[in-house]
Amino acid sequence: MVMTTAKVFTAVVSCVTALMLVHIIPDLLSVKTRELFLKNKAAELDREMGLIRTQEETGRHVRMLTHEIRSTLDRHTILKTTLVELGRTLALEECALWMPTRTGLELQLSYTLHQQNPVGYTVPIHHPMINQVFSSSHVVKISPNCPVARIRPAGKYMPGEVVAVRVPLLHLSNFQINDWPELSTKRYALMVLMLPSDSARQWHVHELELVEVVADQVAVALSHAAILEESMRARDLLMEQNVALDLARREAETAIRARNDFLAVMNHEMRTPMHAIIALSSLLQETELTPEQRLMVETILKSSNLLATLINDVLDLSRLEDGSLQLDLGTFNLYAVFREVLNLIKPIASVKKLHVSLNMAPELPEYAIGDEKRLMQTILNVVGNAVKFSKDGSILISAFVAKAELLRDSRTPEFFPVPGDNHFYLRVQVKDSGIGVSPQDIPKLFTKFAQTQSTAIRNSGGSGLGLAICKRFVNLMEGHIWIESEGLGKGCTAIFMVKLGIPERLNESKLAFMPKVPPNLGPAAFPGLKVLVMDENGVSRMVTKGLLVHLGCDVTMVSSSEECLRVVSHEHKVVFMDVCVSGMDGYEIAIRIQEKFTKRHERPIIVALTGNTDKVTKEKLMRVGMGGLILKPVSLDKMRSVLSDLLEHRVLFEAV
Amino acid sequence: MDLVQLQRQLVDYRTSLYHEGFLDEQFTQLKELQDENNPDFVVEVVSLFFEDSERLLNELSKALEQQVIDFKRIDAHVHQFKGSSSSIGAQRVQKLCIVFRNFCEAQNVEGCLKCLQQVKHEYSIVKTKLESMFQLERQILNAGGSVPV
Repeated sequence: MVMTTAKVFTAVVSCVTALMLVHIIPDLLSVKTRELFLKNKAAELDREMGLIRTQEETGRHVRMLTHEIRSTLDRHTILKTTLVELGRTLALEECALWMPTRTGLELQLSYTLHQQNPVGYTVPIHHPMINQVFSSSHVVKISPNCPVARIRPAGKYMPGEVVAVRVPLLHLSNFQINDWPELSTKRYALMVLMLPSDSARQWHVHELELVEVVADQVAVALSHAAILEESMRARDLLMEQNVALDLARREAETAIRARNDFLAVMNHEMRTPMHAIIALSSLLQETELTPEQRLMVETILKSSNLLATLINDVLDLSRLEDGSLQLDLGTFNLYAVFREVLNLIKPIASVKKLHVSLNMAPELPEYAIGDEKRLMQTILNVVGNAVKFSKDGSILISAFVAKAELLRDSRTPEFFPVPGDNHFYLRVQVKDSGIGVSPQDIPKLFTKFAQTQSTAIRNSGGSGLGLAICKRFVNLMEGHIWIESEGLGKGCTAIFMVKLGIPERLNESKLAFMPKVPPNLGPAAFPGLKVLVMDENGVSRMVTKGLLVHLGCDVTMVSSSEECLRVVSHEHKVVFMDVCVSGMDGYEIAIRIQEKFTKRHERPIIVALTGNTDKVTKEKLMRVGMGGLILKPVSLDKMRSVLSDLLEHRVLFEAV
Repeated sequence: MDLVQLQRQLVDYRTSLYHEGFLDEQFTQLKELQDENNPDFVVEVVSLFFEDSERLLNELSKALEQQVIDFKRIDAHVHQFKGSSSSIGAQRVQKLCIVFRNFCEAQNVEGCLKCLQQVKHEYSIVKTKLESMFQLERQILNAGGSVPV
């Protein structure tokens, strides 16, 4: 019984064990595998930790290195520090830097770790190994036998591994805005790093990475240093230039002072004889003279007047420079100006046996608006030059209206004439067959006091101011002047264009009108024109009325300002008012009248009659809006022309 | 005296008036304004001038006799006188008026009184001359002729 129980028990236990084993063994196995797995994992983690730590260290090294390198802006210190730190961090045997020479054909040993003064050891740059390094942005392992690596004393030992990396040398010019420096034009230095011999050490990846990072940092630090050097140099250059400019300015000021002193003195010296000439010639004119003598004296007077004007202008050079000179505009006869110039120049020209001819284009208007005196001066100067610099031959003066298409000359791109309705451009050409001007001297012609070196010119005299002044005048007249010459001995053509106004047709007819119509005829020029005359003085009132009635007007007379205001109506086209009126100020009346008529076209034109005209009166009138001013006593012709002007333009201004 | 002689006399007389400065351009203007519409224009204007001047001269005398002289008023009168004399071309009178005004401005009583005398004198001369001239013209017209321009 016991045996059976024991057997059964054993069997049961064996079964259970067997059963359990079936379960346990896989579990054990899996536990075991897991253990193994975990161990591997732990080992891996350890390794990774080690890597991270090294990387961290590397990073720290890099940061430290970078810090060291960037802590200085001095190129040499940067490079030296790099090598030193790298050498320490990586425990290198040798570390060297090769820089490209100026020619770019060789690499020169510039810095090493252990050799204090590398002696200009160079290596040609076009070595396959070097090219390989230069063409890669990574660190490249090179053979210890490479020329750049053979800088240690001949090794008895097994040389350690060598790597090399390129260091880009960035120049300022490489940095363009929005432009990356071109890789092809980069210059590189070569950094060579050697592991200690006989150490059986090998370059690890993280070490190589470190080297690459350092190389880039070095490049940046170097470029910073270069920029700094550049800016220091620029600053020094600027300082030098400042000093030079200051000196130049002081010299210029001295020159200007000298010129002003000269002008002040010459002012007096020149004007005195001029006045004598003009005064005495005028006096001479008053005496008994034969016709030829009279003509001569007249020419002397005209010339001396022109000369006096010229002197005034010359001595007011500063005014011309300032641009404060203004033109005296007026209506003048264009043809007369040219004839005058011709008359003045003919005597001199005939003495030199020069033939002068004038050609005026038919479309030129007879009258123009501009500065007559200065235009004549300009033409005279240009023609005078032509005569002066010609020994023989002919001078041709032509004047015409500049055509719109030809106004823009390709030779004078800065000149922009604008054609318009009330002005035109007068173009004058003076062609001579004289000594001409060489092309390089042409720009100098318009510079004051500048003379060309030709002795012929020096002998003819002249201060060299003429053309400069002409240029100023022409510019004031919104024009342009230039000289063309094919060279010395080939004659010269001076051309200028100026802007002149076209007078209103009325003025032209007025100029033609007055002499033609005899005063006795010409009645009823203004039939039925209703006008109002206000004058306190009975006699003068009657005379004014007589004038107006004679011209056909329908005249109403009033003798006081109050009466005037009462009587004036929109039918009166013109009100003639004596403004020397006691009681109410004449101007006030004008204002009141204007207030009375709100509509512009109903308002009469108000004209002041006065015995005195001075600036104050005129200004007052303008302010008050009066149509014009007539100086008493008024002649019939004057009244007639005043009325025509007024009715044409509604404004007169002053009729003296 | 026959017509031609009268006419010649008139012309000579007139010329002398201009020559001696009694009359100026303005008088000629007045004559131009005389036409068939206005045949007596000149005489009318000159008569008005005489009336006006006499009045003004009276006023001036009175003003200068006052204890306290009102120069402003005197100046205004002289100004009027200057205006009328210049309107008809009485040159000498006009010029004197200008001098008179200067004295007024300077408030110079002596000067004013002296000037007034001179003005009165000149005025009476020119009045007489003009009246003679008009008389000659009337004679010519009565003789059936026309007054030369």
